[in-house]
Amino acid sequence: MNEFIHMGGYARFVWPSYALTFTIVILNIVWARRSLWRARADARRRLSMRSADP
Amino acid sequence: MNTSALAAARLILARDLRLALRKRGQFVQPLAFFAIVTTLFPLSISPELARLREIASGVLWVAALLASLLALEFLFRDDAHDGTLEQYALSGQSLTWLVFAKTSAHWLLTGMPLALMAPLAGISLGVPYAALPGIILPIALGTLVLSLIGAISAALTLGVRRSGVLLTLLTLPLAMPVLIFGAQATDLAIRGASFAAPLYLLSAMAVLGVTLAPLAAAAAVRMSLE
Amino acid sequence: MAWTWFHRLASPPHVYALATRLTPWFAWPAAALILAGLYGGLVLAPADYQQGDGFRIIYVHAPSAWMSLMVYVTMAVSAAVGLIWRMKIAHAVAASCAPIGASFTVAALVTGSLWGRPMWGTYWEWDPRLTSELILLFLYLGYMALRSAIDDVQRADRASALLAVVGVVNVPIIHYSVLWWNSLHQAPSVMKLAKPEMPTAMLLPLLLMLAGFTLFFAAVLLVRLRGEILRRERTASWLREALAA
Repeated sequence: MNEFIHMGGYARFVWPSYALTFTIVILNIVWARRSLWRARADARRRLSMRSADP
Repeated sequence: MNTSALAAARLILARDLRLALRKRGQFVQPLAFFAIVTTLFPLSISPELARLREIASGVLWVAALLASLLALEFLFRDDAHDGTLEQYALSGQSLTWLVFAKTSAHWLLTGMPLALMAPLAGISLGVPYAALPGIILPIALGTLVLSLIGAISAALTLGVRRSGVLLTLLTLPLAMPVLIFGAQATDLAIRGASFAAPLYLLSAMAVLGVTLAPLAAAAAVRMSLE
Repeated sequence: MAWTWFHRLASPPHVYALATRLTPWFAWPAAALILAGLYGGLVLAPADYQQGDGFRIIYVHAPSAWMSLMVYVTMAVSAAVGLIWRMKIAHAVAASCAPIGASFTVAALVTGSLWGRPMWGTYWEWDPRLTSELILLFLYLGYMALRSAIDDVQRADRASALLAVVGVVNVPIIHYSVLWWNSLHQAPSVMKLAKPEMPTAMLLPLLLMLAGFTLFFAAVLLVRLRGEILRRERTASWLREALAA
């Protein structure tokens, strides 16, 4: 197990690389969902404003 | 009045040149900028000509690039403001030719003077006299390609408030091949070697640019005017 | 009759519903492929003869670099479709691509630089591929900056579409210029990041990662696409039912 974490001495390059890439993967998911959520909220607001107009 | 596209283009070119000569201040600015920027390098690095000669090509090219970018803002701005650009688009003349005419005028007013002024800056950076054609020719061609590419970005950012930096951000990545080959040409000339190869590549880019860029720029102008 | 599916692709409510339905079909396989690739690359694949365990960075670097280019091309192609056929959906697709592609370009740059440090000795070496990636990042940033600078969505769509098309034409030119520039000044030890002859145990996880990331892109794109469609549809009547769901 230790061998694995150690990565033959390259640990300080390998693990940050993986960490960064997967952070970006997660960020993409979060941003996309937030962007959709915001678009839906805006659309709902626009529709309710429109139906509120006499 | 049945004016051919070429004749209309010639008229626009003459008009732009005439207008610019009336507002001489505006067209001196890029040259002054170029002079100042090239002075910054000896001041910040070293007055030793031997050291400056090493970086001269890079300095001249970056300064010329930035000076041309500065001038790009003016390419369409005045005509867009007073509605002339709209008239061009509605005139039924080929907008591509008209945009090409404006771009050529821009290059004659900015790029060419820069190419002619650059040797002076080059000498101040320790460039040998024999290398001067290697400064003038590549910079003349390079600024032409830059004007062509820049016309596209200028058209895309028409009407955007304070578009100066955005214009630069859009144009520079596309202009990097010009910088690479142009600076290489000048550097070879400074070292006394033949700079034909990069010069031919620059010419190829110029031909590509002349053929395609005005089309894209005209399309962008139409989009911005909608 | 074969064209009906194509025409339906131009209908926002149809695409919105389709995107909603299809997302899990891309997301879960993507997760599976990536996990399998990770296991294969980190655990199963043998250490490289020259680079030891350091070469395992390739399993995140290569997919990131692949994404950065593939997404740009997708963006440019949908932009072109939007310009030529005037399809709002195509513009929505292009808009959705940009942040995804830009983020993976950053990933490619950082992982490439981290890979370079033990291999070349420095974090940054102006090698042709990383330099091209850097310029690609500038292209993405310019695209996103142009979009946000123009207020009108339709005009922003068309202007940035033109920029994307001009950019994609330039990408090969830029790449070859940088390659040539680099070859003038570099000793030939440049192509360390290139994929050499790889034994299957090393290659297979890489292919799994590439496929997994591609499917991941599709899933994220579909989520973003829904938001972009909503933004362009203002107050169309189909929105009511779609939002209730």
